[in-house]
Amino acid sequence: MKIKDTVHFQWYKSFFVVFVILVCFLASASLTEASFYEVFENLDQALAFLKELSKPDFSYLPKLVDPMIKTLKMSALGSLIGVVLAIPVSFLATTIVTKNEIITQFFRLVLNIVRTIPNLLLAALLVAILGIGDATGVVTIAVFTFGMVSQLIYETIETIDLSPIEAAESVGANKLQTAVWAIWPQIMLNVLSYFFYAFEINVRASVVLGYVGAGGIGVTLSNALGLFRYDRASLIIITIFIVVLIIDSLSEAIRRRIE
Amino acid sequence: MIIFDHVSKTYDNGVKGLIDVNLTINDGEFISIIGLSGAGKSTLLRAVNRLNEITEGEIVIDGKSITKANKKELRMIRRSIGLISQQFNLVKRSTVQKNVLSGRLGYYSTFKSVLGLFSKEDYELCNQMLEKVGLLDKLHERCDNLSGGQQQRVSIARTLFQQANIILADEPVSSLDPVTSQEIMEELRNINETMNKTIIVNIHSVELAKQFSTRIIALQDGKVVFDGKPELLTNNVLTMIYKGDSFLKGSEK
Repeated sequence: MKIKDTVHFQWYKSFFVVFVILVCFLASASLTEASFYEVFENLDQALAFLKELSKPDFSYLPKLVDPMIKTLKMSALGSLIGVVLAIPVSFLATTIVTKNEIITQFFRLVLNIVRTIPNLLLAALLVAILGIGDATGVVTIAVFTFGMVSQLIYETIETIDLSPIEAAESVGANKLQTAVWAIWPQIMLNVLSYFFYAFEINVRASVVLGYVGAGGIGVTLSNALGLFRYDRASLIIITIFIVVLIIDSLSEAIRRRIE
Repeated sequence: MIIFDHVSKTYDNGVKGLIDVNLTINDGEFISIIGLSGAGKSTLLRAVNRLNEITEGEIVIDGKSITKANKKELRMIRRSIGLISQQFNLVKRSTVQKNVLSGRLGYYSTFKSVLGLFSKEDYELCNQMLEKVGLLDKLHERCDNLSGGQQQRVSIARTLFQQANIILADEPVSSLDPVTSQEIMEELRNINETMNKTIIVNIHSVELAKQFSTRIIALQDGKVVFDGKPELLTNNVLTMIYKGDSFLKGSEK
């Protein structure tokens, strides 16, 4: 069999691609002064780190309860504030109620801007403005939730049954009455489901927020790592993992029941 | 009384929905509007409460021009006009009671209605109207648990609760079976006769139109081509309205 009858008939192209990747790799390595040699040299340190990690200090567990609960509280409160703020804005971000393209585009622009700010950057900014503490974490989560959930809600509003809106308009209802009586009942359960979804994401996200000083268990984790207490860090990671797992499955179960 | 004075409607794309319609509809009439799909039946009906804007002419309801009404006046006029539609226009996830109560939103301030602060009289009226259509036992049932006929009754109850003088019904029986259709039409006639409400129905079934209405208006390509008592609606007239005799051959079999 000749090579051109096989799937490798264009072998020279693959060869060329591999060659380019290799050149890029070596060039970037020399540019950033990275060396494989050092990686292997420090391998024993990595092993020491992993060894420490594999021996979690369970006696530290009682001290984790408080910051963990604080993290959950922060996430719940932040999610709630975010969703509550998102509801009216979502109504303004569709033409269904306002019938005004300018208002819609304005609010969408605002929401797009809010969404493009990364979580961590937002937290860092707010720490600079509001100072270190749990309140900053709550505000960060609220803003993040607001951006995410508003989009989910206004996209839901755009898929609802429009005929009750006609009914409300035909009996002389104004726009707010139409929103509350013809649209809200149709999206209410979805909004509740989005709250749990946001909560689920926020519990995970709030761990990272602690790193920039926005409160919660992230602070504890960053402290443990800073003090080279890998046995504690290991326990914290395990705890977070288990809590997130429980929250995820709980919120999923609730959301499934809602829908 | 509803007066159509040289009413025309041209859509943005140049299509003419209504052409020079002149009608006078007296209180207590039961009017059926017939015609082919696309003849302008819905356009005419929805022009009455201005869900469709007309481009020429004027519509006057009980001495007030709805065409020239500002936002607030429009809401005031709409309160006295009920609308029943083919898709029932109910919030399916809400209860029967909530759907009926929404019929009087125009009478409540935003604040009160948003908090659901309806008066005791209105709660009682809601019950009475549901009793009238035979659905009082479904008060707290969600509308998506009801059959099509029951849903249409809820929407009738909402219109009655609204205490509208004029009821517009846009193909109210098109999605219902023949027996239920008959029942819904009887319900409407009953309302027409006992409560003296003006009823305007868009309908595809000529038989139902003849059986129930006191006056029939036929549209063809946006123009009124027949306006008179049901008895005057002869086969020749029907052939003209429906542009051909294939329809009649079907009905004679």
